[in-house]
Amino acid sequence: MRERSETGFVLLEDGARFDGLVTGATPGQTLGEVVFNTAMTGYQEAVTDPSYAGQVITFTYPMVGNYGVSSAAMESGRAQAVGVVMRNAVNRADAATAEAGWLDWLEEQGVVAISEVNTRALVRHIRDLGAMRGGIFPASVPVEEALAMIEASPPMAGQDLASAVSPDEPIEHAGDGPHVVALDTGIKASIVSQFTERGCRVTLLPCSSGAEEVLDRNPDLIFLANGPGDPAAVGGVIETIRSLIGTRPIVGICLGHQLLCRAVGLETFKLPFGHRGSNHPVKDLETGVIEITSQNHGFAVLGPDGNRTIESDEPVRWNTDFGEAVLSHINLYDRTVEGLRLPDAGAMTVQHHPEAGPGPHDSRHLFDRFLELAA
Amino acid sequence: MPRRDDIHRILLVGSGPIVIGQAAEFDYSGAQACKVLLEEGYEVILVNSNPATIMTDPEFATRTYVEPLTPESLALIIEKERPDAMLPTLGGQTALNLAMDLTEDGTLEKFGVELIGADREAIARAEDRELFRKTMTDAGIRIPWSITVESVEEALASLDSGDASLPAIIRPAFTMGGQGGGIAETREELEDVVTRGISASPIGQVLVEESVIGWGEFELEVMRDRNDNVVIICSIENLDPMGVHTGDSITIAPAQSLTDETYQRLRDVAIAVIRAVGVETGGSNVQFAVDPETGEIAVIEMNPRVSRSSALASKATGFPIAKMAAKLAVGYALEEIPNDITRATPASFEPTLDYVVTKIPRFAFEKFPGADHRLSTYMQSVGEVMAIGRTFRQSFAKGMASRELDSTTEIPETDEELLEAIETPTPERIDLVMAGLERGVSVDEINKRTHIDPWFLNELAALAEGGVEDGDLVYNSVDTCAAEFEARTPYFYSSREPKSTVPADEVRRGDRPSVVILGAGPNRIGQGIEFDYCCVHAAMTVRETGRDAVMVNCNPETVSTDYDTSDRLYFEPLTLEHVLDVCEREKPEGVIVQFGGQTPLKLASGLIEAGIPIIGTPFDAIDGAEDREKFGALIDRLGIKPPPYGSAMSAEEALEVAEGVGFPLLVRPSFVLGGRAMEICYSREDLAAYLDANVKASPEHPLLIDRFLENAIEVDVDALCDGVEARVAGVMQHVEEAGVHSGDSACVLPPMSIGEEMMEEIRAATAAIALELGVIGLINIQFAIADGELFVIEANPRASRTVPFVSKAIGAPLAKIATRIMLGEPLADQVLPGMDNGHVSVKEAVLPFSRFQGTDSLLGPEMKSTGEVIGIGHDFPTAFGKAQAAAGVDLPDGGTVFISVTDTDKAAATQLAARFHDLGFRVVATGGTARAISGMGIPVDEILKIGEGSPNVVDLIEGRQCDLVINTPTGSGARTDGYEIRSASIRHGIPCVTTMTGASAAVRAISARREGMGEILSLQEIHGA
Repeated sequence: MRERSETGFVLLEDGARFDGLVTGATPGQTLGEVVFNTAMTGYQEAVTDPSYAGQVITFTYPMVGNYGVSSAAMESGRAQAVGVVMRNAVNRADAATAEAGWLDWLEEQGVVAISEVNTRALVRHIRDLGAMRGGIFPASVPVEEALAMIEASPPMAGQDLASAVSPDEPIEHAGDGPHVVALDTGIKASIVSQFTERGCRVTLLPCSSGAEEVLDRNPDLIFLANGPGDPAAVGGVIETIRSLIGTRPIVGICLGHQLLCRAVGLETFKLPFGHRGSNHPVKDLETGVIEITSQNHGFAVLGPDGNRTIESDEPVRWNTDFGEAVLSHINLYDRTVEGLRLPDAGAMTVQHHPEAGPGPHDSRHLFDRFLELAA
Repeated sequence: MPRRDDIHRILLVGSGPIVIGQAAEFDYSGAQACKVLLEEGYEVILVNSNPATIMTDPEFATRTYVEPLTPESLALIIEKERPDAMLPTLGGQTALNLAMDLTEDGTLEKFGVELIGADREAIARAEDRELFRKTMTDAGIRIPWSITVESVEEALASLDSGDASLPAIIRPAFTMGGQGGGIAETREELEDVVTRGISASPIGQVLVEESVIGWGEFELEVMRDRNDNVVIICSIENLDPMGVHTGDSITIAPAQSLTDETYQRLRDVAIAVIRAVGVETGGSNVQFAVDPETGEIAVIEMNPRVSRSSALASKATGFPIAKMAAKLAVGYALEEIPNDITRATPASFEPTLDYVVTKIPRFAFEKFPGADHRLSTYMQSVGEVMAIGRTFRQSFAKGMASRELDSTTEIPETDEELLEAIETPTPERIDLVMAGLERGVSVDEINKRTHIDPWFLNELAALAEGGVEDGDLVYNSVDTCAAEFEARTPYFYSSREPKSTVPADEVRRGDRPSVVILGAGPNRIGQGIEFDYCCVHAAMTVRETGRDAVMVNCNPETVSTDYDTSDRLYFEPLTLEHVLDVCEREKPEGVIVQFGGQTPLKLASGLIEAGIPIIGTPFDAIDGAEDREKFGALIDRLGIKPPPYGSAMSAEEALEVAEGVGFPLLVRPSFVLGGRAMEICYSREDLAAYLDANVKASPEHPLLIDRFLENAIEVDVDALCDGVEARVAGVMQHVEEAGVHSGDSACVLPPMSIGEEMMEEIRAATAAIALELGVIGLINIQFAIADGELFVIEANPRASRTVPFVSKAIGAPLAKIATRIMLGEPLADQVLPGMDNGHVSVKEAVLPFSRFQGTDSLLGPEMKSTGEVIGIGHDFPTAFGKAQAAAGVDLPDGGTVFISVTDTDKAAATQLAARFHDLGFRVVATGGTARAISGMGIPVDEILKIGEGSPNVVDLIEGRQCDLVINTPTGSGARTDGYEIRSASIRHGIPCVTTMTGASAAVRAISARREGMGEILSLQEIHGA
């Protein structure tokens, strides 16, 4: 380990403690919701994904930092996660594409990290008891004091974190194709590039923008982005979306999917420990094809009759405030809602990340499906 | 899509004998497939000539045929059994090639047999180099440039025309493990390797291909179902860059050095490859070269079937690829199959690991003096170990400890010598790299010389410097999902973990008594699948008796390391430290050490010291049999004779002892496996040369010296003993005369030329020795009969290599019976049928000489075979003929036989020549042999010896004007005529028999075949099950 590491620990709100070596940014202390990600590659993409704002990411893959960091792997302008927990960290930059070492970069980005932690024990604990608040602390902080800090920190449910990662000013990406206007609740760079690669012109608006401001941009397609936090806490954005329904076609990913669903009167709920990784099977009920997807969400949309899971593989329909919802995608791990269409509203959304970055490319074709709505 | 109801009987083909490139992994995959298909209600017709497989245990199939894996014998079985479908993707290259043969000769169509898993077109697109190239190019997939050639002239012409350049890789079509291929850096090498490759390819075709030596090598294991859903089960990164066959490389799972971006591109290409080739359902393996500088990807090859790598991937991830492949082949979709390990999630997902897996190959070059140690694009390793650790360092260190090397690598003194040595990939290279790093040689320098990715070198440097981290001993589960879901399957590995306040260890021990079974570790010559077979039987039996079976092993190729085999599997190195840790956790009733060969026996005394009970034969009895003095005294008490023997603590003493023992004599170091460094010396000079070349005799490692009984009949006996009574299960007479290692000798059960009186003497001697030693379980005794007198050569109070053969021949599972005895049941309660069931069984060894350029193919006291086959027939010649066919020895029906024998064999050679002549063969011989033959009035064509000009005997063989070679040694070592004759035969695939008894059996087999082979019977029919 590097010289600047010192002994420390991860502490969860229920008092579970996992010893390790604190590294990354100083002072080596951070608070957030402790979650885990099961992908074996893509650590830099994950840490820079705005959806992880306010969270401490535990990587289940034990060797993190193997190929260093590079500007190509940035999903936003900076690191977004507030902490990183690892079994074993690598800080070298000898891979051909590496521009810096992983731990050096974390330090520069101000991310507190801890290595040499029994992450498997930590993950099994969260899996059994649910994601919870916690933090990374140097050994010099007494456990009681650390616990008090955790208890004083806000729980994830009810937190509006999207506003914090949204841009202050509109951002334009040029293109000759359809104009995609996004309410930017923390959009990933990979989503933007999936649209621009298809020739789209993309405008990212602060998520506080009203419906008028969106329509003023004359979008061919309104895009609801991914982002952090509790969808139920972003009331203003939901109101904006409600006013936009029916005006232009709307598509959404992840948080955007949850916000649109809430806007049409559906409910969301907090998953016990969320879905974060690159190996989740999702069935596309329109084609019958199973896609291996990139996932990063702690909340999900309730299905028909308020059920959390759906046993059927049929494109079930149920009513919303804006006509029928048709189930388009289902998660085969836990049979939760993974995507739907609102034919009457000209809208479709998915919970997972078809843009990948990191993760498999199986669902990238969904961007074509999105753009069919725009045509 | 549900299970297919339109098929009922499925033909499953195994991979035959263990050979380099095709080993126990196909028993693992085949046994899984059998289980699945029977569970699904199908009738399974199984064909495999390898008796030492779990899959050929009669309960694994509806009908089990231990018959040669040839199109002829398959056609007869298909005609008799009328299967609806043939599943060819689980029996390695052998099964795939048979499927192609049976399609092309019309057999499958004639009997209405559908190929499932992969059809003819898909197999051809993956296996035919030219078609593969076209398929990839059409799909827009980058592959290295290549040209298909069918002659050396063509290859050279393409070099001249600029279509090809050097260095180039040569890959023969339709071979496994890259056999016959290689790398050519010069025009001369190109000529050599192309010649060899064309000869190795069943269709006489090789691919000359762009060399991407030095690029990183990666593999992806891919599965596809009927709905076209594709998932990646595992990524594997080779530590050794391109240029070393993946079977000979150290490999790591998952890939370590790839960015997400590059990994996802590989994933996309792998999916495109399986779709383009058109493998309908099941597992495939796609190999890639990746340029570390540019990230450029090229596809090297794909296997449209379950492979060695997929067995590794199954063990590495916990995802049972073969089981799934079988289910997919009969109609299921991935989403319809639950993941075995979580039971809550479907199989349509991609496993994710939270640990690192290292595979390290095990080589056997020491067995093949003269063989080139360079590793190349054709596989030369004989086995492998796998290790699981939470970090790369833990995993790698465990892997290195699992290898159980017999010797340590010599490290060059200067850095420059060391750096030069590591430029060439060899089995020793990794040890040299580690030594260099320990010495402080820079990662950069080593990277320059080896092209090993700096990521690995940095980690290895850290390991060399600081060792493995400390921490609490924790057993973690292998669960396919990085703990996202709860694991139901008890598959564990140990780790050193940092402290936490929540319990970390995942073993749920329960309160049933447990028995720990120690496996055999990596396959090697002398300790192969036979021992794993016994360990699996032990686990099955322990479970049947109401105890928990606990398996410890580190060999990923095996059935024993299938998590289904035991109640708890600990995938761990078989070192005392790791085994004691498992015992500490398990608190077992005892440990079984007598089934895993020498590996567990070496641990026995340490276990006893730690107070852990050994189940079955007590350790001092094992020791008593290994210790010559003690054993000599014991048989002396019983009035049983050994051949004259002695032992020596120094070279001088050896020469002295030799005089008393008398020549010829057999000399070897004590405590050996498979006859390592064992030699027959005919004179004092021979012995002196042996002592010079090989052996440092010392008081710790004395030399053993035995009188060698020339022209004796050797006999192997497997027996059971419970301490009260002992019963002989099988008596095997060796076909080759004494002096050939029992593992390399063909043998026959029941014996063909031993009278009832002698059999009685053998039984009595066996029982007396077993009881006197105090054996509880199995014992193997080797006897020699010389001039009507019985001598005991050695006794091994443990499971022997022949246990599976005897079990199949007599129709009783010896290792299972032994386990019951060891757990306290009386032998009297066990059913043990006699040997005489109206059938004759022949075991034949399978030798790897064609893999080792430059080594002699003579049989001797040192074991060299990698595997074995069984032939069962109504008489000895028929059974012997089947065993030869199964071993890949293509005995000719007619044509030309070349005979050249040593002086003492000349009399026998004339009789042999007469029989060949009577069968219509043209007989060709050199000088003395020819004169001896013609002297008896038998027509013979004389041919020149090598030194006598041209055309000589080697020209005859090279011109393939000869169909069978009989050559007994006139002297050993390189560059003799015999050596050149034998080498040429191997190069050109002409059967070469090196013993007179072997030749006599061969001529009888040829004669018997003309009279018909008799009805082909399944094991169930033979043993009335």
